[in-house]
Amino acid sequence: MATTLTAELTPELTPDFTAASHNLSVEQISRPSLSYWEDAWIRLKKNTRAIISLYIVIFLALFTLAGPLVWQVDPSLQDLNQISQAPSWPKTALLAAPYERWQPIILDDFPSEPDTFPDVIPAPDGLQTIGLATTQQIRLRWNPVVGAGGYSIYRNNHLPEGLNDLGLPLATTMGGNEISYEDRLNLEARKYYYSVVPTDGIDEGDKYVTLEVIPTIAITRAEATARGLISAASDLPEGASLTLHFHPFGTDYLGRDMLARLMEGARVSLFIGICAPFLFVLIGILYGGFAGYFGGQLDSTLMRFADFVVALPFLLFMILFKIAFGIGPGESGIIPMLIALVLLSWPGTARLVRGQVLQIRNNGYIDAARLLGAKNSYLVLRHILPNTMGVILVSLTFAVPGAIFTEAFLSFIGMGVAPPTPSWGSMCNEGVKTMLSHPHELIFPATFISVTVLAFNLLGDGLTEALDSRMRSR
Amino acid sequence: MLAYTMKRLMAGVITVWFIATATFVAMHMVPGDPLMNDKAVTAEIRKNLEIKYGLDKPVGEQYLIFMGNMLQGDFGISFTQQNRRVNDIIRDHFPVSATLGVLALFFATIGGVVWGALTAVYRNRLPDIIIMFMVILGISVPSFVFAALGQLLLVNINSALGFSLVPVAGWGTISHMLMPSLVLGLSTMALLTRLMRSSMLEVINEDYIKTAKAKGLSPLRIFFKHQLRNAILPVITILGPQIAAITTGGFVVELVFAIPGLGRYFVQAVQQLDYTVIMGTTVFFGAFLVLMVILVDILYGFIDPRVRLQ
Repeated sequence: MATTLTAELTPELTPDFTAASHNLSVEQISRPSLSYWEDAWIRLKKNTRAIISLYIVIFLALFTLAGPLVWQVDPSLQDLNQISQAPSWPKTALLAAPYERWQPIILDDFPSEPDTFPDVIPAPDGLQTIGLATTQQIRLRWNPVVGAGGYSIYRNNHLPEGLNDLGLPLATTMGGNEISYEDRLNLEARKYYYSVVPTDGIDEGDKYVTLEVIPTIAITRAEATARGLISAASDLPEGASLTLHFHPFGTDYLGRDMLARLMEGARVSLFIGICAPFLFVLIGILYGGFAGYFGGQLDSTLMRFADFVVALPFLLFMILFKIAFGIGPGESGIIPMLIALVLLSWPGTARLVRGQVLQIRNNGYIDAARLLGAKNSYLVLRHILPNTMGVILVSLTFAVPGAIFTEAFLSFIGMGVAPPTPSWGSMCNEGVKTMLSHPHELIFPATFISVTVLAFNLLGDGLTEALDSRMRSR
Repeated sequence: MLAYTMKRLMAGVITVWFIATATFVAMHMVPGDPLMNDKAVTAEIRKNLEIKYGLDKPVGEQYLIFMGNMLQGDFGISFTQQNRRVNDIIRDHFPVSATLGVLALFFATIGGVVWGALTAVYRNRLPDIIIMFMVILGISVPSFVFAALGQLLLVNINSALGFSLVPVAGWGTISHMLMPSLVLGLSTMALLTRLMRSSMLEVINEDYIKTAKAKGLSPLRIFFKHQLRNAILPVITILGPQIAAITTGGFVVELVFAIPGLGRYFVQAVQQLDYTVIMGTTVFFGAFLVLMVILVDILYGFIDPRVRLQ
C-alpha cells in the first residue's frame, strides 16, 4: 500500500529499496491454542505421581469390573479344609481311602498293670507315625515303658516348652501295653507336636516325648465330589493326588477365597466411594450455585441451613439414617448407606461452589455478557459453571477417599454393610480379630483401602496443581 | 469482643437446639424402640415400662418433656443399663475420652508443627520428601488399621522383651494412654504437617522476613520469632474442626484398645436404640464441639491482632 502510494506521488523516481513483503509470518500463531482442559491435561501428564495414581485407579476399576470375570470363584463359597490359609501356591491333596476302623495296638506280652512302681517313669522311645499322616487321620505308636500303667497323648501347635505346655490333651490309654493312638480331631495341613506322657495308672509322670508331624492334605471322595474337584462318576483311584482350589490371597476365617472377596468388596467400597461423591457434589453444585447466584436473603437462609447440617454429628446420623431407611432381610444396606452419606455430605461442596460463584459473579465478563442481553440460564451454563468446574473436580477427587473412609469406618465398627456382603471395611473388621495368628486377613483389605485412598489423594493433588489458576501463574 | 462472643454463643445455642431436635426426630423415625431389646415381655409389663419411661405419651409431648429436662441439665435414665442416669454415664466416661483426645491433639499439634517446619526448612530435599511421604501415608491409612498395627507392634515389643513394657490394651496409667493417643493423633498430625509446610513456605516470601534479613537478624531468630510464629496461625484455625474429627476417630481407637470411653457407650446406645443415652451423649458432644470451635475462634483473635472479631 505504502509503496504504491509513493509511486503515485513520485512516478519519476525509482525506489532504491525493495518493498518489504506483507506476508510476514510474525503474526501467525505458531502453535494451536490450548483450551483450559487441554492445558490442564498437559500439566497433569507432567506430574508422575498423579499419572501413576491414575493408572492405579484404572487398575482398581478393572479389578472390580473385569476381575470377577477372570477369577470366577464364588466369594461366599466356604472351603472348610482351608480355613485362614496364608497366600500360597496351588495345593494338592490325596484322595483318601474310605475310613476303616483301626484296632489299637495292644501288646500281649507286656503287662497292662505295672509290676513295679519306679519313682520316675522314663519317657517312651520310638514315637512314630504309622502309615501316612494325612488330614483325615494321624496314627501314632510308641514303645512301651516299664512301670507305665497308661499313656496320655497331647497335641500342640508349637514345640512344648515344658510339662505345662503340652497343649490339647487328646486321650489317656488305659494300660501300659496299649501303645497307639489315632487322632482324627480337626486336622489341618500344618505342623503338630504330639507328646506322650506315661502314667502310673492314675497320675502322669514327669517325662514325655514329643514328635513333630506334618500331615498331608487328604480329602474323602464324597467331599471331593461335593466341592466339584472330581465328578461323581470319576474312577480316580484312592491315593491319587488332586489339585485343590487355589487361593492366591489366602482364605478367611470361614475358608472363603480372599481374592474373590476383595473383588466383591471393592464393588461395595468403590460404588459408595464414587457414587456418593458424584451425587452429593451434584446436589452441592445446584444448592451452592443457586444460593451464590441469587445472593441476598435467599443466600443467607440457604447457607444457614447448610451450616446446621454440617453441625450434625456425622457418625450418629449416618447410623440413624441408615437404619431409618431400612434394611430388609437379605439386603446388604448399601443403598441406605449411600443415601445417608449423600444427605450429610453435600454442604461442603455447596459452600465451596457458592464461594466460587460469588467470586465469578462480580467478574467483568459476566457484566459484559449481561449488558449484551444474556439470560440467567445462559450466564450460568456458559460462564459460571465452566469456571467453577476446576474446583468442583478437585473437591470430587478428594471426596472419594473421604467416602471410602466413611464406609470402611462404619463397616469396621459393625454398622456398615450387612454380612455376608463383603466390603473392605468389614473384611478389616473380621481380620482384626485374628490379626495375631493370620495377619493376611487384615493386611490385604487394609492395603486395598490405603492404596485406593492414596491414589485418589495424589490424583487430587495433581488435579489441584493442574487446575488451580493461582498455582498456574507460578 | 464481648458482643462477638455473645453473638457466637447465641448461634451456638441455636445449633445445639437444632442438633437435639434433629437427633430426636431421626431417632424416633427409626423403626422399633429401646424396649424391644429385652426378651419378649407381656403386654402389661410393656405397658408399665412405657409408663415408667414416658413412652406412652405422644411424641410431641415426649419432645417437650425432654427439652424441659435438658434445660435443667437432666438427660434421664438409661434404658439398657438399669437405673443408671445418663448424666452419670457422661460424668464417668467422658473424662477418659477427653484425656485421650487432649493427648492425641497434643501429639498431633507438636508433631505437625515440628514436622511441618522441618519440611519447609529442607524444602525439596531428602528430609522433606521422606516426611511428606509419611504424611501421605498418614492421611491414606484408616485409623483402625493404625490402631491394629500399633497393637501388633506392642505385642511384638512386649514378647521380644519378655515383659509388658507398654500394655497392649486397657486404661489406667500413662503407659496405657501412649499408643492409643498416638494412633488417634496420627491423621491429624499428617494434616497439620501439610498445612504447616505450605503456611511456612508462604510466610517465607513475605516482606517482613526480607526486612528482618536485611536488618541482619540471626537466622534462628528470624525462624522462631518471625516465620514460625506467623506460620502457626492457620494451624490454630483448623484445630477447632479437628477436635471433632478426633472425637469421632476416638470411637474406633476406644474399641480396638478396649478403653472405657464415652465413644463405646455411644455406639452401643445407637445399636440398642437407647433413646436417653443417644440424646444425652449427642447433645453433650454437640455442645462440646460447638464450644470448642467458638473458643478456638476467640483464641485466634487474641493470637493474631490483625483479626478483628465482629
